[in-house]
Amino acid sequence: MLCEKSLSLFPRCLLKKNLLDIKTLNKEDINLILERSHYYKHLTKEGRSFAPVLENKTIANLFFEPSTRTRMSFEKAAINLGGKVINFDSSSSSVQKGETLLDTARTVESLGVEALVIRHPLAGAPSQVAGEVGTPVINAGDGSHEHPTQALLDLFTIKDIKGSLDGLKVFIVGDVLHSRVVRSNIWAFLKMGIEITVVGPYTLMPPGLEEMGIKVKPCLDEELRQADIIYLLRMQKERQQGGLFPTIKEYKKFYGITQDSLKNVKAKGIIMHPGPVVPGIEIEDILTRSPQSVIQEQVKNGVFVRMALLELMLSGEVKN
Amino acid sequence: MNLLIKGGTILNPAAGLYQNLDILITKGRIAKLAPYIEDKNAEVIPAGGKIIAPGLIDLHVHLRQPGGEGKETIKTGCAAAAAGGFTSIACMPNTNPVIDNELLVHYLKGVVEKEAVVKVYPIGAITKGSRGEELAEIGLMLQEGIAAVSDDGNPVESSYIMSMAMKYAKTFGLPVVSHCEETSLAKGGAINEGRQSTLLGLKGIPDIAEAVMVARDIMLAEYTGAHVHIAHVSCARSIELIRMGKSRGVKVTAEVTPHHLILTEEDVGDFDTNVKMNPPLRTAEDRKALRKALKDGTIDVIATDHAPHTREEKSVEFDSSPFGVVGLETALSLVLTELVAPGHLSLEKAISSLTMKPAQILGLRTGKIEEGAAADLTVIDLNKEIIIDKEKFYSKGKNTPFDGWKVRGVPFMTIVGGRIVMKEGKVKFKGEQ
Repeated sequence: MLCEKSLSLFPRCLLKKNLLDIKTLNKEDINLILERSHYYKHLTKEGRSFAPVLENKTIANLFFEPSTRTRMSFEKAAINLGGKVINFDSSSSSVQKGETLLDTARTVESLGVEALVIRHPLAGAPSQVAGEVGTPVINAGDGSHEHPTQALLDLFTIKDIKGSLDGLKVFIVGDVLHSRVVRSNIWAFLKMGIEITVVGPYTLMPPGLEEMGIKVKPCLDEELRQADIIYLLRMQKERQQGGLFPTIKEYKKFYGITQDSLKNVKAKGIIMHPGPVVPGIEIEDILTRSPQSVIQEQVKNGVFVRMALLELMLSGEVKN
Repeated sequence: MNLLIKGGTILNPAAGLYQNLDILITKGRIAKLAPYIEDKNAEVIPAGGKIIAPGLIDLHVHLRQPGGEGKETIKTGCAAAAAGGFTSIACMPNTNPVIDNELLVHYLKGVVEKEAVVKVYPIGAITKGSRGEELAEIGLMLQEGIAAVSDDGNPVESSYIMSMAMKYAKTFGLPVVSHCEETSLAKGGAINEGRQSTLLGLKGIPDIAEAVMVARDIMLAEYTGAHVHIAHVSCARSIELIRMGKSRGVKVTAEVTPHHLILTEEDVGDFDTNVKMNPPLRTAEDRKALRKALKDGTIDVIATDHAPHTREEKSVEFDSSPFGVVGLETALSLVLTELVAPGHLSLEKAISSLTMKPAQILGLRTGKIEEGAAADLTVIDLNKEIIIDKEKFYSKGKNTPFDGWKVRGVPFMTIVGGRIVMKEGKVKFKGEQ
């Protein structure tokens, strides 16, 4: 099961320089990351220590918008592997004095770091930085564009629970229009052979999904019974002012996951959510702690996946 | 001194003329067209193997002066025009302040007189400050020489104001140039709404944001009897409406930019802000419809919507970047290479849509080659190949999506009122010999 053998086939330069999206990541690379994540999870379970493959390496977290789990997850992953992390917080930085994104990135690069982990409220910011700096860039979520490490940890979580990915059915429910998680996950799911159905009002559906082979459904109904995975998206109250739906009450009525709607789900169906969960909107609070919910598992796995990623991107080799 | 252009092939769409004639220019005018002319007092310009077209006219240019001199000035913008083979340009009033009164038009004329190497026809605002509330002094601006009115960049939202503007502009015989955009549908958008906006997570601008306004303005033009000119048409839906308007006898004309004729939304790729413009690049089907519409005359002219910005303004996040690309220095070469050479458009049609047609729309007496006419001419070398290099632009704006493109066919010489203002890529500024 452990993939130490197959890893030896990839002696160095394990991944492309940057991780900007899942769209351009190939299946082999995804599998490599998943295998290596599995290795780290296995070590943890056995209580063994990790080789300090990031020793003397510094990761810079450049977060231009708030984040709890992603930032701390990257930090924990780096520390686990003996690396150091420096953090940047846009609210207390020179961004307030008018320093631009690209100048900020160049400045941090000049400090001497091995990777830039970037979270930004606007789509494309990490790609633009990657075009300007020589340091590897990892996209930690950019606007409504992509959130590739979330997709990788989601794949890992599903594979860890289900054993394999191919042929599974996922129902993604909610605000697809604004979700960067969806944009990474649809690529990830499609590449790994998972069938996708998205559910939500047409006001929250961007165009072009059907052309990609994704089923679009306006309502949650008994078809949910087919789902191996129900993937819920965060609904933000601000969207109501944007005229996208009338009230939270109405949204909950048609798209909220309740104990009642779970009756339609397979016994082995799992509920996932990228977080942060807003209690009581997209899912009844109690269900987040139900046996079907793997939300905390996603958070745990995020560290292993990011360890694998940092190692594969930065250490140039894999030590077992 | 007289100029004598010898041995070139004249392409004059106004007369359907396509023949080898010499051209003698005296006192800024075309004095004689004949198969063989000799004049010992003239400077001879050998033009064997080259095309001589009426001077190109771009009726949609942003010169940015006053208020945006970091992006462009009248001097640099006109130099860019000359470098691109344009002898006449019309400049949009969305400067700071907005050109909405006679004094500002007078100011523009003064700067043009001093600095401009090509002819500049100011376009006045439709409404004061282009705020869409009260009509600007259209009649008084006309006395100072505006060629049209437009609130380009700030579409007139109120249908009432637009209908009044059309009636009023008609009073003075001026076309209303309409930037068609339903702002409530386009708000916050960065690129075309479609597959690409979905994948990039950028807010989309749907094609109907343009088309519903095209529909409104054509109906208002029919109702008022005014001439409406639809700026930068970008999508198939708008074309259908324009075609219908024309068939009903509405005085509607339309323009399309080289970038909409050549690129599609797929070219936005890696969040390159030099591919961000408004209206946005649409789909391959839209591009196909635009090419067809230009060919069949539904779209009358090619205009660049030359919209220079500074590097600093464009070196930001995609959403934060201003809309617009430059076009004056690449338009002719791109049209020749990407449209004429592959057979999407005949050379005659291309030249006519860059000369005679825009002259007709603005009511200019240029755009044709005939004895007695002002000597505004563009000599084109159809065989010369170059690589587009934005660093060589005369324009201050380097925001082009075409940097590094290989093109075949370039303007060899630009002559404005008998004065050579550009020769082999080098612009001769005012006062330079």
